[in-house]
Amino acid sequence: MKLLKKLALGSALALAMLASHAQAETIKIGLVVKSLGNGFFEAANKGAQEAAKELGDVEVIYTGPTSTTAEGQIEVINALIAQNVNAIAISANDPDAVVPALKKAAARGIKVISWDSAVAKDGRIMHLNPSSNELIGKMCLQLAANHLKDGKGDFAILSATTTSTNQNTWIEEMKKQLPNFPGLNLVTTVYGDDLSDKSYREAQGLLTSQPNVKVIVAPTTVGVLAASQAVADAKKIGDVYVTGLGLPSEMAGAIKSGATKEFAIWNPIDLGYSATQIAYRLVKGETDGAAGSEIAAGRMGKIKIGDNGEAAMADPFVYDAKNIDEFSKIF
Amino acid sequence: MIKQLFKFREMLLVVIIAMLLAVFSARSPGFAKPGNLANIFNDTSILIILALGQMTVILTKSIDLSVAANVAFTGMAIGMLNAAYPAMPLALIILIALGTGAVLGAINGLFVWKLNIPSIVVTLGTLTIYRGMAFVLSGGAWVNAHQMTAPFLQTPRQLFFGLPLLGWTAIVIVAIMYVVMSRTFLGRAIYASGGNPTAAVYAGIDVGRTRFYAFVISGTLAGLCGYLWVSRYAVAYVDIAAGFELDTVAACVIGGISTLGGIGSVAGAVLGSLFLGVIKNALPVINISPFSQMAISGSVIIAAVIFNARQERRRGRIILRDRGASEQIEVTA
Repeated sequence: MKLLKKLALGSALALAMLASHAQAETIKIGLVVKSLGNGFFEAANKGAQEAAKELGDVEVIYTGPTSTTAEGQIEVINALIAQNVNAIAISANDPDAVVPALKKAAARGIKVISWDSAVAKDGRIMHLNPSSNELIGKMCLQLAANHLKDGKGDFAILSATTTSTNQNTWIEEMKKQLPNFPGLNLVTTVYGDDLSDKSYREAQGLLTSQPNVKVIVAPTTVGVLAASQAVADAKKIGDVYVTGLGLPSEMAGAIKSGATKEFAIWNPIDLGYSATQIAYRLVKGETDGAAGSEIAAGRMGKIKIGDNGEAAMADPFVYDAKNIDEFSKIF
Repeated sequence: MIKQLFKFREMLLVVIIAMLLAVFSARSPGFAKPGNLANIFNDTSILIILALGQMTVILTKSIDLSVAANVAFTGMAIGMLNAAYPAMPLALIILIALGTGAVLGAINGLFVWKLNIPSIVVTLGTLTIYRGMAFVLSGGAWVNAHQMTAPFLQTPRQLFFGLPLLGWTAIVIVAIMYVVMSRTFLGRAIYASGGNPTAAVYAGIDVGRTRFYAFVISGTLAGLCGYLWVSRYAVAYVDIAAGFELDTVAACVIGGISTLGGIGSVAGAVLGSLFLGVIKNALPVINISPFSQMAISGSVIIAAVIFNARQERRRGRIILRDRGASEQIEVTA
């Protein structure tokens, strides 16, 4: 009996201490990524740390599963809830599978936003797109047209998996805007599953079975790299070009070999920075993140929240032989 | 008599592969052209080498699930080495790759040999550990094409008689493995310790030590493939060859290597790999929906397993046991 009382008192004290601790301490923001060990997310973390430094009273916990699975992310989310974080900013591996875990977090007062790869509407307050999907789709078509003579000819898409949220949205946008590029003809879409060997084989298959395809657009970094290598190995540099979305450090070799003339990506550093800024403002109660409101995001200016609680950060940025050296050192 | 049957079986696989080629070239002209066949063989080289390692282990009644993780770790290690010390000669780098792979294989082997832990448990653990180590080693960063030196990237692409050096490497490894498996004491010991451990013990073969050597062979070949993989795809990152261990097991199973140990041949492993390689290379060019591709690959593997299970008849039974031998059997059961 006595022991029980002591225990009860002790745990109550501990709880009280924990609660006051959390209030006085810095704001903890969990930055959940698709998988650890991906250069893109490492760069986003760099931006998040920069924002944390700028804001002062923020600690960013950079975490994620080791492989791109929704199950892994759910475990990570539960761990963050147990750590009493104030906000979670997630790039989701699956838009729906993580929703229950995120709802649980929201029920405990944790502010949840998604960035890069969206979570379904119920699971988050707002979503920060690196750019708008519309702009990315347009950029991919523009890149394809730039590599073709007079912007006319056949091209093919090499995507990641058939279920990747990001890639499917972008491909959808590309198809929607295709009529704005007369003469540009999408022949086929193939899937390399974000594996180097499968992407390489798919690109090789395109080269042999679709001789009219002069440009391969890969809106994924593993795909664009593998396709560049396949084009180089097939000795078709100058005949077939590869373009799409990739990181400058990873694409530098393909630019140098000539398999790729230019490619685009938003700045992941800015993305991590903005996500952290927004999460901070939400925790501080400076904004509720409702549609139509504007959130101040430090050096990125004001970010406007549109329909569905989605916001777009900026236009994708084009990299080519002129600026590749400068950016490949950064990310 | 049994040997005759196997000869027949491998011939059957050759016929099936030839039929596949005929069907695919009917749908996509040029698929069976010599140039494209050389491409397919070259593309399958890494799988062939890894499958031979896997075969050696499976023959001893074990399994090595850590081969792909070994490829990832070794590939990452030598990729970083090449980026950091561009002046290091390629021969030394390849030696380091072989050595690293051998050490990782030996770790598996020691657990199986000295601690008598089932190999599936050991390698399932080391699979995660090795990939985790690759992550720790690199800190999650990639080694990209522009950081690697030209000899490192270009050597396996050098053409000799129309086939890149990568393909020739596979041919040399196949030849070496054929000699080792059929002409050396170790090779026969590997068959014996998987086929009938009790009899092997009676014949004076140290079954545990033989398994250890099998894991070292598998690890060494995985180390070599670490280099080949990184140079082929010109990038090293933690997830390279993710899930590839299952491809090596599938290649062995298709090639008629019994998962119960003791049955199988070098030719079977090579043909099993080529079978998978032909399908993998054909699916992108014959315009099959990506959604049905996975289902097709899976069904083919299951069909091969069913075929093998029907063919597999355990011969004889153990009539004499002593303690040492029966312990060995229990461990592997």
